Amino acid sequence: MNAIPTRRSEPSRPVLEVENLRVSYGSAQRPIHVVNDVSFSVRPGEALGIVGESGCGKSQTMLAVLRLLSGSGRITAGRARFEGQDLAALSARQMRRIRGHGLALISQDALSALNPSMRIGAQMAEPLVRYDGMSRGDARKRCIELLEMVGIPGAATRLAAYPHELSGGMRQRVLIAMAISGNPKLLIADEPTTALDVTIQAQILRLIDRLRRELGMALVLITHDLGVVAGVSDTIAVMYAGRVVETAETDRLFETPRHPYTRALLDSIPKLDAPADRRLQPIAGLPPDPLRPLSGCPFHPRCSHAEPRCTDGLPALEAKEPGSGHLIRCVIDPWRAAAAGGRTSGLTGASRP
Amino acid sequence: MFTFVLRRALQTVPVVLGVTLATFLLSQIIPGDPTDVLLGPGASDEARERLRTALGLDRSMVVQYLYYLGNLAQGDFGQSFTFARPVIEVLADRMANTALLAFAAIALASAAGIAAGTWAAVRPGSLRDRGLTVGVLFLNSMPSFWLGLVLILIFGLHLRLLPVSGMSSGDGGPLNLMAHMLLPTVTLAAWSLAAIARMTRSSLLEVINSDYVRTARSRGVGEARIVLFHALPNAMPAVITVIGMQMGFLLSGAVLTETVFSWPGIGLAMYQAISTRDIPLIQGGILVLALAFVAINFAVDVLYAYFNPKIKLA
Repeated sequence: MNAIPTRRSEPSRPVLEVENLRVSYGSAQRPIHVVNDVSFSVRPGEALGIVGESGCGKSQTMLAVLRLLSGSGRITAGRARFEGQDLAALSARQMRRIRGHGLALISQDALSALNPSMRIGAQMAEPLVRYDGMSRGDARKRCIELLEMVGIPGAATRLAAYPHELSGGMRQRVLIAMAISGNPKLLIADEPTTALDVTIQAQILRLIDRLRRELGMALVLITHDLGVVAGVSDTIAVMYAGRVVETAETDRLFETPRHPYTRALLDSIPKLDAPADRRLQPIAGLPPDPLRPLSGCPFHPRCSHAEPRCTDGLPALEAKEPGSGHLIRCVIDPWRAAAAGGRTSGLTGASRP
Repeated sequence: MFTFVLRRALQTVPVVLGVTLATFLLSQIIPGDPTDVLLGPGASDEARERLRTALGLDRSMVVQYLYYLGNLAQGDFGQSFTFARPVIEVLADRMANTALLAFAAIALASAAGIAAGTWAAVRPGSLRDRGLTVGVLFLNSMPSFWLGLVLILIFGLHLRLLPVSGMSSGDGGPLNLMAHMLLPTVTLAAWSLAAIARMTRSSLLEVINSDYVRTARSRGVGEARIVLFHALPNAMPAVITVIGMQMGFLLSGAVLTETVFSWPGIGLAMYQAISTRDIPLIQGGILVLALAFVAINFAVDVLYAYFNPKIKLA
């Protein structure tokens, strides 16, 4: 992933390119921007993690890409391209083709994401029969195959079940099976493990990662938990208040996190190798209200390194070391020296499932 | 599903018994001596006493109630004074007429209400959506007897397009019947149509914003299929509840509408029975309307379970 597209030098064209995307709600006169100037690209087979607190705009970014924003939500600047096509310029019909076949979505709460009054088999088979021209028998076989791929035992009998008759982990597996049923190029997993207990979380993450490799899909994994993306994604974008504040390759980000917000997120995760008496550090305060945007860096009221100049203007998202691919949106950059000296920050043991 | 239906059917038994108790008590609390009515004010005490014994009126209330239940079970609802016929016969004739009107009205109200509510909900905030809100308010604020009279004025008196009274005229026939049904059906349906349209709209809006609709959209399912096959079935339980409640209102609303249009149904019979204090007919009418209400609620719950598989477990 790179914020600056480097298509010419890369062997494969990105599946998804997002450039300076802005998502707004409300009237045209008084818009409320929930996503601002977000850029990234994902190449085939690559996995990107988008990390941030609730309300930071990570889900809104991907819903905007799918053109599934609700209410008055809309893209007001920038663009999102799928295999080079501007998604905003497509007709509703063309967009429907891309949904499911090009881009697929796994939602977080599998109970509310499955239709409660339709049997699993009917929901799974619907697009296969309606839009892919499969016969009912073929669709049924394909659904059984898909359920087996996601590790559901007794797949054939599950087709007749209603969502409420399955366990939470099972429902999430069904949702994953539905997402991969159209052989998508890019899988968008929006907090796929949040509603599950910890042991099931690890299973589901491993499943998504395995399917991605087997089927050669790219992945965008949205989560509030850095521990979740650590073992899965190639690159990470950390979002705060609708903007990307730091992005780097996963290893580099965990070794030398540079933005105070990323640091704070890492400090709030429990670590196995930390001293037993070390307390977790919650991030004080709340994210800014999108109705009242702050001047300067949006993180400065909660930042322990804030200086008066932090309110002077929005810092640019820039590479402090050219060519590193490690972009930071911070004028202070408190850990510049540590990164330059090549020393690790003592955070290498950050929890990895 | 079968056990659910059976269990739900058993639940109606106490309700039905309660209704019979209420209609029985109605005859007990109404002032006046039944022997006055039957023998006239000049009868001797001895004759009154004989009649009381013959009718079982000297027995305890519990025994009388059990006799009443026994008679009901055999289809004996008593004798109507005004029609000089058994109550059951009067009601049986008229039940069919009321049912015809009520079902026509609920069919019209459901079809038009669901269609209008859906039509508005797929474009929330649009001109058509706001138009529906105004229309609902208009229909809801209009008393049915007033609407009936206005329709009679316009279509019967001024335009002379439609008959305004009774069920048939001239040679009769199905077309003639339909012409007679049109105005009372519209009158009866208006209020329910508004309620059904409003509930369809709000219920559908909620469902259309749900996660599973987003899942279906994210898999490339088209808007028409989403509304018809994903959203509407899940919006239906709330709508069916309203339709069931409206059925009950329609039966009681029939009293006014049938009177305005002289439609020979239970409503008109009840109106006549109340004006002539024909107690057995009032009792029978209440009982039949209440039983119809219970039956409708039963049907609604069964339909509810059909649309929401989770209910069957409860």
